[in-house]
Amino acid sequence: MSDGKGTDKAPFFPHGSTIVDASLRRQQSEHGIGARGRKIDGAEKALGRTRFADDYSFPGMLHCKLKRSTRPHARIVRIDVAAALALPGVHAIITGADLPTRYGIIPWTQDETALAVDKVRYVGDAIAAVAAIDEETANAAVRAIKVEYQDLVPVLDLDTAKRTGDTPESKVNELAKKGNVTKNVALSFGPVDDNIAACRTEGAVVEDTFFYVGTTHAPIEPHCAIGLVEGAPGGAGLVTVISATQVPHYLHRDLAHVLGIPEARVRVIQPPVGGAFGGKSEPFTLEFAVAKLAMITGRPVKCLYTREEVFLAHRGRHPMRMRFTTAADKQGKLKAVKSVIDLDGGAYASFGMITAYYAGQILTGPVAMESYAFDATRYYTNKPACGPKRGHGSVQPRFAFECHLDMLAEKLGLDPIELRRLNFAGEHVTLVNGQRLGSSGLLQCLDAVERASGWRERRGKLGALPAGRGTKRRGLGVASSMYISGTNYPIYPNEMPQSGVQVKLDRSGRVTLFSGASDIGQGSDTVLMTIACEELGVLPEHVRVVSSDTDLTPVDLGAYSSRVTLMMGHAALEACRRLREQVQEAVAHAWGCARDDVLLGLGKAWARENTEKSISTAEAFKLAEARFGTLGSTGGYRTHPRGGDYRGGTIGASPAYSSTAHIAEVEVDTETGVIDIVKVWVAHDCGTAIAPVLVEGQIEGSTSMGAAEVFLENMLYGADAVGVPAASAARRGGMLVGPSLLDYRIPTSLDGPAVEAHIVERPDGNGPYGAKEAGEGPLHSTIPAVVNAVYDAVGVRFFELPLSPARVLAGLRAKNVATPTAAE
Amino acid sequence: MTVSDQGPTAKRRTRLLRLTVNGDRHEVAVAEHHTLLEVLRYQLGLTGSKQGCDKGDCGACTVLLAAPGERRAPVLSCLTLAVDAEGKEVTTIEGLAQQGKLDPVQDAFDRCGALQCGFCQSGMMLSAKALLEDKPHPTLPEIQRALSGNLCRCTGYSKILEATLLAATRPEPAK
Repeated sequence: MSDGKGTDKAPFFPHGSTIVDASLRRQQSEHGIGARGRKIDGAEKALGRTRFADDYSFPGMLHCKLKRSTRPHARIVRIDVAAALALPGVHAIITGADLPTRYGIIPWTQDETALAVDKVRYVGDAIAAVAAIDEETANAAVRAIKVEYQDLVPVLDLDTAKRTGDTPESKVNELAKKGNVTKNVALSFGPVDDNIAACRTEGAVVEDTFFYVGTTHAPIEPHCAIGLVEGAPGGAGLVTVISATQVPHYLHRDLAHVLGIPEARVRVIQPPVGGAFGGKSEPFTLEFAVAKLAMITGRPVKCLYTREEVFLAHRGRHPMRMRFTTAADKQGKLKAVKSVIDLDGGAYASFGMITAYYAGQILTGPVAMESYAFDATRYYTNKPACGPKRGHGSVQPRFAFECHLDMLAEKLGLDPIELRRLNFAGEHVTLVNGQRLGSSGLLQCLDAVERASGWRERRGKLGALPAGRGTKRRGLGVASSMYISGTNYPIYPNEMPQSGVQVKLDRSGRVTLFSGASDIGQGSDTVLMTIACEELGVLPEHVRVVSSDTDLTPVDLGAYSSRVTLMMGHAALEACRRLREQVQEAVAHAWGCARDDVLLGLGKAWARENTEKSISTAEAFKLAEARFGTLGSTGGYRTHPRGGDYRGGTIGASPAYSSTAHIAEVEVDTETGVIDIVKVWVAHDCGTAIAPVLVEGQIEGSTSMGAAEVFLENMLYGADAVGVPAASAARRGGMLVGPSLLDYRIPTSLDGPAVEAHIVERPDGNGPYGAKEAGEGPLHSTIPAVVNAVYDAVGVRFFELPLSPARVLAGLRAKNVATPTAAE
Repeated sequence: MTVSDQGPTAKRRTRLLRLTVNGDRHEVAVAEHHTLLEVLRYQLGLTGSKQGCDKGDCGACTVLLAAPGERRAPVLSCLTLAVDAEGKEVTTIEGLAQQGKLDPVQDAFDRCGALQCGFCQSGMMLSAKALLEDKPHPTLPEIQRALSGNLCRCTGYSKILEATLLAATRPEPAK
């Protein structure tokens, strides 16, 4: 398809996903597992009626704004709120002294407070919160708050962080036991150094330093929270927080902890979330502030972050500097992989302790190595805290490793796809670090993208384009990856289920599912509906889902680590099956047949041997309610503890792992350094696609986000920014440059590559119906596939992201492959 | 941004604004510096139009605006002063469905799986609607250009473009 301007971008359509291993029955089904149906909330979203957090307002509601630090690292000498409090319309102001309790998503690293106590740690750290009659008044009050600072040593990069932290003046966060280190993890499996030495003699070894810049989630919905109180002031009433969070359960716990009230007095309601990607997966200042201000004023209080504040809340991808050594024997078998990784963590720990582990623990499959070691250290710096962004901690090392596989293949004269096939871990195997890999469709994924992209015919042969466009060169690159479907161990140690679902049926024919799972757009409510249709035979219009309200729904730990479909799915399956048996039994009793001779499907109960005989599911539910009384059931999912038998061996251990392969086609303009990612073929093994349209959406969205990290996105601070005068850079040290969706570039409909998504199904016994994750895995290998394609196009290897035109051009010039411009 | 008649900004100038939104005529007292998005969301309760950035970068606030007798066109309501809508007709996402039926654009977005979180989609669908009113059978590049002011972070745009193409193949609902 041509866009009329002569750039023959590959067509988006038809890109309808090829179901490689699915049964025909599934594709023909209109609802239930594998159906290409509509989302349960699709029509409401299409109509603009879905109510997101900021769409709620309440009588008498006040508005909250936050006073934020202008210094990267400073002691707070004094905060003067008198003038602000005196403004008409200002009802309350709180500071760190009002909420001094430390919290943190990881129980062992509780190192932050809702509002700064004693010192600030980044430009944008929250200091005070105002409740006023409207946002304009609240903003005026924020401006009237006076803060006196005493500057400390700003620690703004990894090298400074490594050198400092031994004095109170240069220690970013007091939680650091040593220097500015949040966490160091060093694990080694097998004779890594011996294997590397052997491969140096006979085989191939590559050794390079890679750098992955920080990126952020940039969901289109800003964070928003509303605090509400019930009951007499100072009494034992209820505190409710409505919030755009992806972890209502952890928010529930931390609100009680920080507010100093029992968990039973806290209710968290999470409305549908307008995108999150990991950016809303821990509590934030606004949630504590609105709750406390509501308790003080007795009125509803809302806080809506500005777009700038969304950037400052961050918790995005860690910048990582990674020294990788990768060794293979002369046949191409991977003998050793060794990495030393520095993570630039920002001002608070966030999930950082886990991030340091994930930087190493998720790299050991589906391409496997004989020995492996990693040494990852996360440092505190005076910048917004990094945390989990889609593909938590594992995207950066995957980039380095998969580029190294490409380099080894070249050295050994092997096709890069063959090298991956040769080193496939296999299925139902224990990986070098003790993780147990169940099903893996890596080979099927590689086959699918190899075939679809025309790899064998085209790779290495694209070269320069026809005359007139001679400055542009095309290439193909491949990469693969794996990801977890939830973690075997919850964030805080406990023996309770990780996900619970309650189901209610009644004589109306309605099925209602109650689940604590967070629908952040990925469609978890639709997965619940699909499972109810499959198990109880009802039509989609008879299913209602009530989700993520801690007063109404059982606990689910949240939408992170790609855990929801597997864990919530199991819980829903268990609850629905219990009811199905009751319904079948009641109908069988009425018909005088055996329970198993009653089938449920297409909105009816059927006699197995006589399809003329059927009643509606509503009639069947009436029979069941008459026979068994009020109908309801519960289901829960808990993992079986497993993982490596060593300290840290549980981190990265998952019930099931997805596999992915990407092939990217790029066009590099050797005159301007501009890279166009023309097309990406991606095949993802999600076990079983419970809702294939949603799976495709996750694959396409992940691939798009990954592609953007290659050529667009970069969290830039102060002195790093091009064109900022030195004097000014010093003054603005640690200040995020361009915290807007204009300056921080996410793809528009004109920027992204065409994505051709293939679903591969290798069901895993640990997943409901065999299902594994699809939400994060398909991001990982996008990045190395593109970087490897750039190498195929121009023969220049890039080790640092993003591949901005300036960086690409510099790389091309260094290798003398740039096309001179007219001026030269 | 919400407004109250107390407080330090109470002396700002207000004006009576007359406008038509989704066929309903309204008279609203608005602060002169307030945007159309603020009036729609906070004074008229039409929360389907979203605030993603409040500075014209994301397009989630897109609505259709028409002067009398003119064709309606997409505008960023967060960059449009409410008083500039005086006497004009505004279409928000709440006004897209007609006679109780989803507009073909809405139906196609739902059917194709273009609605993930849905937050950007009110604006996205209105941009698509404006394109199809202007050009009933657009090419794919024309769709990409027409939607390039509406950021979506969930979908990678594939299903949005597919949905817009699908909507273009369907007849308009009866007027």
